[in-house]
Amino acid sequence: MHFEKELLIAVEKMPAFPKSVQRVLELTRNPDSAPKLIVEVIAKDPVMTARILRVLNSAFYGLPSKVTGVDHAVVMLGINTIKNLAIRIAAVGMIPPTNDAGFDTNRYLLHSLGCAEAARLLAQKLDDADPTEAYIAGLLHDIGKILYALYQPRAFRAALDRSAATGLALHLAEQEVLGVDHTVAGALLAKKWEFPDTLVDCIRQHHQAPPRQGVGRTLFLANQIMKVRAFGDAGNPEIVALPEGLGGSLGNDYEGVAESLAGLDNLLAQAGSYAGMKEES
Amino acid sequence: MKLRFWGVRGSIPTPGPETVRYGGNTTCLEVRTDDGTLILLDGGTGIHRAALNLLREMPIRANIFLTHTHWDHIQGLPFFIPIFVPGNRVTLYGPFDPVSGSGVEQVMEVQMQYSFFPVREAELRANMDYRVLKPGVSVSVGDATITPVLLSHPVVNYGYRIECNGKSMFFTGDHEPHTNIYAPGDEAHAAYEEMLVRQRSEIVSAMAGVDVLVADSSYTPEEYATKVGWGHGTYDSSIGLAAAAGAKTLFCTHHEPTRSDDALEAVFAAALARNRAAAAGIDIRLAAEGVVLEW
Ligand SMILES: [Zn+2]
Ligand SMILES: [Zn+2]
Repeated sequence: MHFEKELLIAVEKMPAFPKSVQRVLELTRNPDSAPKLIVEVIAKDPVMTARILRVLNSAFYGLPSKVTGVDHAVVMLGINTIKNLAIRIAAVGMIPPTNDAGFDTNRYLLHSLGCAEAARLLAQKLDDADPTEAYIAGLLHDIGKILYALYQPRAFRAALDRSAATGLALHLAEQEVLGVDHTVAGALLAKKWEFPDTLVDCIRQHHQAPPRQGVGRTLFLANQIMKVRAFGDAGNPEIVALPEGLGGSLGNDYEGVAESLAGLDNLLAQAGSYAGMKEES
Repeated sequence: MKLRFWGVRGSIPTPGPETVRYGGNTTCLEVRTDDGTLILLDGGTGIHRAALNLLREMPIRANIFLTHTHWDHIQGLPFFIPIFVPGNRVTLYGPFDPVSGSGVEQVMEVQMQYSFFPVREAELRANMDYRVLKPGVSVSVGDATITPVLLSHPVVNYGYRIECNGKSMFFTGDHEPHTNIYAPGDEAHAAYEEMLVRQRSEIVSAMAGVDVLVADSSYTPEEYATKVGWGHGTYDSSIGLAAAAGAKTLFCTHHEPTRSDDALEAVFAAALARNRAAAAGIDIRLAAEGVVLEW
């Protein structure tokens, strides 16, 4: 009871998930969305705009003139590049630079981006979930850990240590130390951010027996694949055995499923380079 | 300076009886400067035959400039045979990608993953290096100076101006003329238009006075109407560019993959007739595999 009260207070303290990014994601589901609409959404979010301009104006790219606004960015680089840049920046921007729990947010981010990319490919391949929804599910499924790292740092550190020392799954260690695990915290946060119920459920249930279809299945597979591949790390040493038939036509083991996803390695390499940009942006 | 076309098709290779005259390979151009410096523009499937032709010259020093990383401009690279032979030196130049934060260095690695290609990038035998270019910042290769220019495509695409001893050419790669994203009555329309005018004039001045312009001319205006935002130009937009820049010769390229040789000649003739005023004084041709121009 005591834990839940503190959890709700922590949820209230978390910053808002940029509405603009949600809108951009919605708009990009329809490939025919007018560029003007996407620009309007981004331009109305000063933080997002500033981040885009900072990336584009970094000396690294050496653009011939300083990019002064979202419209200008579109003139120079095109709507497609700016749209994708906005989505990437949003993912990175959610993560605070430091926390008292000593939780490695770089590796967490890598794990989340990897899950997002894999979940999206899986949704396309298995064809029973919305790829954008799968991407967001991958990106945010462990967001509860960030909440713990920020607002329950000592207890979360203890859970991480216990999990590392004993091999106990992190969510079980959290239940012992914190009373509730990060799936509950994450789901509360997603609800506060007014994400669709499917996504909230997906976050809440991602350590339960995996559903046989839909976003939940893509998230489960993506999460395990990232752990098998040791791509990033969100503090949980446990790898769940692949339930019979869950990979469908894609394969009977995680590596087989991963290999069926054309382009995954490339996307992971990109995610890696993007996670590395966190400090400068 | 000598220019040779090894691939002129857009999007996907189109071999077959319908395309024998103009060719079915995707984009690849070979440029030789006065001192014989070897420059390849893009690595579409056309680069395979370019490679066969280069075997007798080995060891070679090849400078490959990629306009962008869409498949039809890179898919021949793993078949550029000199990369497998020790003693050759191959430098790949290209643009950055602000979305992934990486650049041209990932092009080979991505294509040569073990599930897609039998040889891995790390196993290449030539001396390979990668250089990410900054827009507007020229590089020297042999006696040539190459300047990348930011054009308009769904991914970052560089046009390249190549100059050597007073001779010059410009290759657009894939380029769609900029359009205003706001409707004329919209309050943001005028300011956006102003930026477009500046951007267009920067592009035109980057190709000003070239001897040869090779430009993405994928569509007719009617076709373009349903393909806005796909990143390609029309015969009319290319002729307009050539006229504005004062180019002496224009090669229309990136031929639409469903276009047969006969259809290509028909739409080209119609485009010339439609743009008679703008086309006046410019030597305008269709790019075709095997065509060589020396000047
Ligand atoms: Zn192309
Ligand atoms: Zn392209």
